[in-house]
Order: sequence, then structure tokens, then C-alpha cells
Amino acid sequence: MLRYILRRLLIAIPTLLILIIICFLLMYAAPGGPFTSERPLPPQVLANIEAKYGLNDPLPVQMWNYVVGIVTRFDFGPSFIYKDRDVNDIIAQGFPVTLTYGTISFVIATLVGVSLGVLAAIRHNTLLDYIAVGATFSAQALPNFVMAPILVIIFTWQLGWLPGGGWNGGQWQYVVMPVIALSTSYMASIARITRSSMLETLHSNFIRTAKAKGLSTRTIIRRHAMKPAMMPVVSYLGPAFVAMITGSVVIDLYFSTGGIGQSFVNSALNRDYAVMLGVTILYGTLTIIFNLLADVAYAWLDPKIRY
Amino acid sequence: MALLDVKNLSVTFDTPDGQIEAVKNVSFHIEPGECLGIVGESGSGKSQTFMAAMGLLAENGTTGGTVDYDGHDLLHLTPEEHNRIRGDQISMIFQDPLTALTPHMRIVDQMAEVLHEHKGLTGARARALCLEWLTRVRIPEAERRLRQFPHELSGGMRQRVMIAMAMLCNPRLLIADEPTTALDVTVQAEILDLMVELQKQEGTAIALITHDMGVVARMCDRIQVMRLGEFVEQGPADEIFHAPKHDYTRMLLRAMPRIDEPNKGKPLVPVTDRSEPILKVEDVKVHFPVRLDQGLFGKTVPLKAVDGVSFDLYASETIGIVGESGCGKSTLARAVLQLIPPTLGSVSWLGKPIVGLPRKQMIPYRKDLQIVFQDPLASLNPRMTIAASIAEPLRTFQPGLTSRQRKLEVAAMMEKVGLDQRMINRYPHELSGGQNQRVGIARAMINRPRLIICDEAVSALDVSIQAQVIDLLKDLQREFGLSMIFISHDLSVVREISHRILVLYLGRAVELADRDAIYGDARHPYTRALISAVPVPDPRIEKTRQRIKIPGELPSPLDPGASLRFLTSKLAAGDRNYVPEFRKVDVQHWVAEHDPLEDLLEQKAV
Repeated sequence: MLRYILRRLLIAIPTLLILIIICFLLMYAAPGGPFTSERPLPPQVLANIEAKYGLNDPLPVQMWNYVVGIVTRFDFGPSFIYKDRDVNDIIAQGFPVTLTYGTISFVIATLVGVSLGVLAAIRHNTLLDYIAVGATFSAQALPNFVMAPILVIIFTWQLGWLPGGGWNGGQWQYVVMPVIALSTSYMASIARITRSSMLETLHSNFIRTAKAKGLSTRTIIRRHAMKPAMMPVVSYLGPAFVAMITGSVVIDLYFSTGGIGQSFVNSALNRDYAVMLGVTILYGTLTIIFNLLADVAYAWLDPKIRY
Repeated sequence: MALLDVKNLSVTFDTPDGQIEAVKNVSFHIEPGECLGIVGESGSGKSQTFMAAMGLLAENGTTGGTVDYDGHDLLHLTPEEHNRIRGDQISMIFQDPLTALTPHMRIVDQMAEVLHEHKGLTGARARALCLEWLTRVRIPEAERRLRQFPHELSGGMRQRVMIAMAMLCNPRLLIADEPTTALDVTVQAEILDLMVELQKQEGTAIALITHDMGVVARMCDRIQVMRLGEFVEQGPADEIFHAPKHDYTRMLLRAMPRIDEPNKGKPLVPVTDRSEPILKVEDVKVHFPVRLDQGLFGKTVPLKAVDGVSFDLYASETIGIVGESGCGKSTLARAVLQLIPPTLGSVSWLGKPIVGLPRKQMIPYRKDLQIVFQDPLASLNPRMTIAASIAEPLRTFQPGLTSRQRKLEVAAMMEKVGLDQRMINRYPHELSGGQNQRVGIARAMINRPRLIICDEAVSALDVSIQAQVIDLLKDLQREFGLSMIFISHDLSVVREISHRILVLYLGRAVELADRDAIYGDARHPYTRALISAVPVPDPRIEKTRQRIKIPGELPSPLDPGASLRFLTSKLAAGDRNYVPEFRKVDVQHWVAEHDPLEDLLEQKAV
């Protein structure tokens, strides 16, 4: 197992390098740059600025310097737009915010989703099952950019219970709506996956054996059915966590939380190459780590899987 | 007083197509300590009868009547009351040991929870009892097995674990639902012996549900014959086999192929021309790369699925290939047809080598070389009507035919294989297993091939259908001069249809001979063990037969010493890579080099 994790981490290095190369090429291919604006700068000034940031070097040299900076100094370079800040600062400021409400959303979506799914499967074809299936269908149909305004209309305008935006150091009133808006559709997906996989597991032969052994339903679910039923859920959770972090762009913009998503969108609009690359690499690293965690969890759920 | 008394039991399933009565008003009883056999073909309701008693029916099933056990009506207990009886006083083992154990739990945990639930035993005392039972069901290295997961055990061992788990609380009744159907014959023989022994020692009554008349003959005191949800006949085993009263019982006994009595069906067509073989297979090897977890990036070693097999096949001859699971018989068939390219060796068809031909050049040969697969439903395209499936090879090889001619050809072939003309527009899922297998045969036969490989083609079918399909194949052989390679794990069926028989063991041929020589004068210890393990549907013979048991389990094919299991003298001499010679001992009789049987029986498991 340790060997497998090591191998996967080794493979992550070339993966990230390829990611950097592709990002570089894409931005190089796109017309314009961080210093093109409506009022063009004098060519000499532009050349000076570009020389300062190393933008007039040949592309391979730029990439080399970038990678060397990351590897030797963990330095993702300066922002091209905000003169006094570098990429590390921007990420250090926005990422904790995103990570906080992203993790809360993830935990809530998983706990509620799994419980709902298991319950619906045990009470298959009863009123409870129908309600759960109906609710998850509706929730899945609500994307977060629809959910967010609805929440604001209800809780801020109508009831006046919660502030309509901001972060305020993560005070709970400011966290509630971003979390609900972000977690609802994931919760629904998790509930649906759990329900169908639990139903399938409950019809398998080893559950029949467990019943023939005289075990109670509670024991059967807990000891025999839970682990196999969780396998499809776990393979969904890894990518889902990353998607919640990256998908928070909408939440960041709508609720002005100051999370990393906001910086990401701004950097793309402003051609702030360094910030964009930095955030992309962060997302890429998260994706790799969480897929690896999902695979490790897989091996724990199913002893047949040996890496 | 009867241990289990079933009165007017009926089981009904609510389906979208209406109510289906799986069990109709059956009554029977089981005495303490006896073995009752319930025999019937698929769909006879034999399993559902006991599922109802155990409270294991599917959600859409309802029951009527009473099942009385010790003063309790099992059909009307609350789940809590039922849980106190099942697993404790009545326990059950199932057909498929591969899926019947919980995959993520260690053997000791699965077993100990029964003791915890029913006896309140935990910890070291529970563990000791589990170990005792694993030893009693003769699992090698029982101590180590406790900590293992089900997938780390072979099929036979898993079934032993199931039996040990079912016996933990000394039940008064053990229900065994096709307990050996998924196992190889030699393993089946050992499991059945074990059940007989436990029945004697513990006084446990056994209800044995099976389709196999041979198994019942060996095990049971009394027999109930079931058909379409009803009992057609019941009585002591001897009467059922020697004086059957009902036509259906007689038909079952007639249809069942017997290893000690060939030619129950139509006689074989004699092979007339043995001058020049039409198919020549020489030293074919198929190796698959297998990755082992060694070093940072693993290590690849060859798995020798087929390791140097040679045989000839003559016109209108059938060669039977037998062997237990994992012996490479299906791989060999695919290598002959170039569906898997052989790693080494040559295959010649009518004197021309066909190994390594590019796909395009192979196509003309495919007209002559056809195959029928094991699972009739899975090997037909579910989106094509059966007529379209049968006609497809015609489009490939006789593109000049008009659609009218094609229809006539298909109709003629359907008639030959006994399929009703009205079925042309049906889809595979609308037909029975036997009908689908006829479609598979019709599809293979439509271009009048000269060779058909039947890969476990009748194994999934009920005996009555199986007998019909075998007669059909013999008819087609007579009519078209067809040659066949008939692959099966079932030695009785192979004897029924083959002229010569090739016995495989872990990718190598151990014996090749005329069918009567194989069954009457087997020389190789493996062949002899295999034949003696096959149950014969006759209780008088079964109860007195001596079996040859080679000690030890089937070794892993990755173990380099595995192929020397019958030549341990070489292994002891340190010559691990020795390849046993395939020697001619008689006209048409070859045997692989081996140690004398007596020496093998004496030694401990390798």
C-alpha cells in the first residue's frame, strides 16, 4: 500500500508538469497580455515592463524559470496586476476561506446524503423512500447559481435573518448560506448513489447468508452491507470534494466571500498569468490528492483491492 | 415426531406480468437425522420451498400453508423470533460459495458473529470454537485461514467455511441448496463426503436441494421429485431409482448421462477415414502475462494457461476435452480458432498453418471453423431477433444470397435444430436457455462448417434439454460429416458424445485415448481420480463405490512445481522444471509420465 501511494505521488510530478506546460501554451496562444489595455502603453514602456517580468524570454525559458522558482523556493511568482502582492499571498488569503466553507459543505453533504440514501434503501418502496427520491431529484435540478439568489431572497430580504454576503472572519451567520447553496445538489447526488448501491448490496448473496445466520437488520446493514455499498459513493466523493472547491467560484462571486474562486475569475479576466497558473496548479494538486485518498479508502472498503 | 413438517405450502410472486405460483400446495416432512433429497429441474420451485421456510423470500413473495418446526409455524414468526431459530437450529448453505460470504470480512469475524448472536460467545472462546470447526471441515492451515478474507480461499475451501459456519451452533437441520453445483467434481466428492460424515456424527438432518440425480443417489435416504411447483413422486431413494412410478422421474433418469453406461442417447457416428487429420494442433502454448506485486512497479510473470498441447482431429470425429476449472480447456479452444493468438506452437487446418495469419486472411477459414459458447443468452446479441442472429454468418460468407433465399436457409436450419418457425421474430430474452442454445447451434451450423467447438455448450441446461441438444449434435454430425471439439467439465456428458477424450491438467495433456479406454482403462492418476469422483445416479452403486482421492488442493498455476504434482519423485530430486513426457502406451492411447498411484496416495499434500 505504501509503495502504491509512493508510486502515485511520483506519477503526480510529471502530471503537474504537463499541466503547467499546457496552461503556459494556452495563455501564450491567447491574444493580448496583462499590460494590454484600452489606452495602449508606449512600446518602450511595455517592453520594459515585460522584461521586468521576464515575458520577453523564449517560452521554454519562461517555463523553466517558473518551475525552478516553484521547486527551489516554493515561489509562484509575483502578480502582474497587483503590484505589491505575489501569488502566494493571494492564495494564502483566499484559500482558507474557500477551504472552510467547502469542507463544511462536504461534510454535511456526505453525512446527510449517506444517511438519507441508506434510510431510503432500507424503507424501499415506502412513503419515506418516495419522499427521499422526490426531494433528491428536485435538489439535483437546482444548480448553485439558482440556489444562491433564492436563499438570499428568503433569508435576507424576506426574513432578514442572515447577511446577504461577505465573510467577516467566518462568523456563522456568514457561512450558512454559502454552505447550503454549495452542498445541496451534492447532497442529493450522494443520497441517490447511496440508495441505489445500498439496494443492490441488499440483494446480493452474502446478505442472504447473513439473514440465514439469524442476524438482525441493524447488524446486517452495519457490518455486512455498509462497506460494499459505500464503494461507489467513495469514488464519487474524491472528485466531488475538488469540484466543490473549484465550483465555489459562483459562491465566491455571489456572496463576496473573498474566497479563491474570486481571485481565479479576476485573474482570468485581467490576464494575471501568475495567479491563474498558481490557482490551476493548486486545483490540480487537490484533484490528485483527493483521487488518491479515494483510492486508498477503496482498498480499505474492499480487501480484494491490493495495490 | 417430524423435525420439520410442511403442510400445503404455497409460494406466490407478484410480478408485473401477474401472479406466478412458484410452489403449489406441497406437503412433506423431514425426520431428525435423515437426509431428504429434493430434486427437480430449474423453475421447479425446489429452492423457493426452503427460502419460504427460512424467511428469505424476495419482497414480492407471499406464502400460504404452514411450516411447523418444534411447535413454531415458521411462516408466521416475527423477524426477531425467526432470527432466534435460523442460524442456530436451522442453518443453510448456498450454491455459489464465491458470493455467499461477505467479501470484506475476515473468516473469523463472519463465523464468530453467529456464536455471538446465538450463544453469546465472544473473544477467545468464540475463536477457539471457529478454529475447531474449520479443522473439522478439513481446511488446511485452519489457523491462518481465520485471518483471511474469502477471496483468498479457493471455491472448495469457501464452501467448507460455509459448512463450518452453518454447523457452529450444532443445528438440527441443515438446508443445502445446490451445495456442490459450482464446484469441480473432485471437490464436489470431498464436500459430499464431509456432509455425510457430519450428518452421522452430529445427527443433523439434511435437506439437499439439487438438480443432480447422481448427488442425490449418493447422499439421500428419501427423495422428493419436484416439477413446476409440485411434487410428482416421493419415496425411499432405492425405489425412486429402481422402481420410479412417475413418467417425469423416469424421463429424468433416462436423460441423465451416466459415466458407467454410455450410449443412453443416439449411437455415435463411427469415424471412417483416419488417414489424414483435418485439424492438427501441435505443441500449442498460451501464456498470459500476470503482474505480481514485487518492487516499486511490480513484476510480470507468464501464467501458462495452455502449456504444450497436441492432438489431431479427423473428419466427422468428436474429441472431448475434459478437466477442472483453470485447466486451460477454453483457452485451448480459443487458441485453436485463433480467437486468442497462441504464444507458441502450430495449428493446421487441412494441412495449411493458420497460426499468425492476419485477421483478413483468417476470415475465409472462419466459415469452416465455428464455436458455440457456454452461456446461450449472453452470447447472442440481445438487440437482434434470433432469425437475424442465425442469418448473420450468411451475409458474411454468402453475400450473393437474396433476402428470400436467406429466409429459406434460416427456416430450414431452424427446423433442423428443432426451433419453431413462429419464433423468427423473437428476441433472445424471450426464449428459454435450451432454445437459445439451439439458436447458437443454428448460427454456428448455417454455413455448414466442417468443425464446431462446443465450449461447455450444454453445461447450463437442464438434463432433459441437455440430452436433446446432444442428440441434435450427433444428428448434425451424421448428416454433414461434422467434426467437433466438445469441451466440458462433466465427464458423463463427454463420454456420451466423444470418440476420443483428452484430459487436461493445469494446461498440459495428461491422457488421450479412445473414450472406452479412458473410462475403462484410465492409466493416469488424475484421470482415475476424476472418473471416480463423478457420482453415478444409482444409490446401490454409489453407496459402495471406492473413491480415489489425490491428497492436497489444486495448486496455483503460477507455482512452478504445480505441473509435477503427479511426478513428485522428480520434484523431490530437485528437478522443478522437468516436463513430463507424453508417452504412447497402446494404440491411440497416450499418457503423461507419472509416479505410481500408490506412491501419490501415500504422500502428504505438496
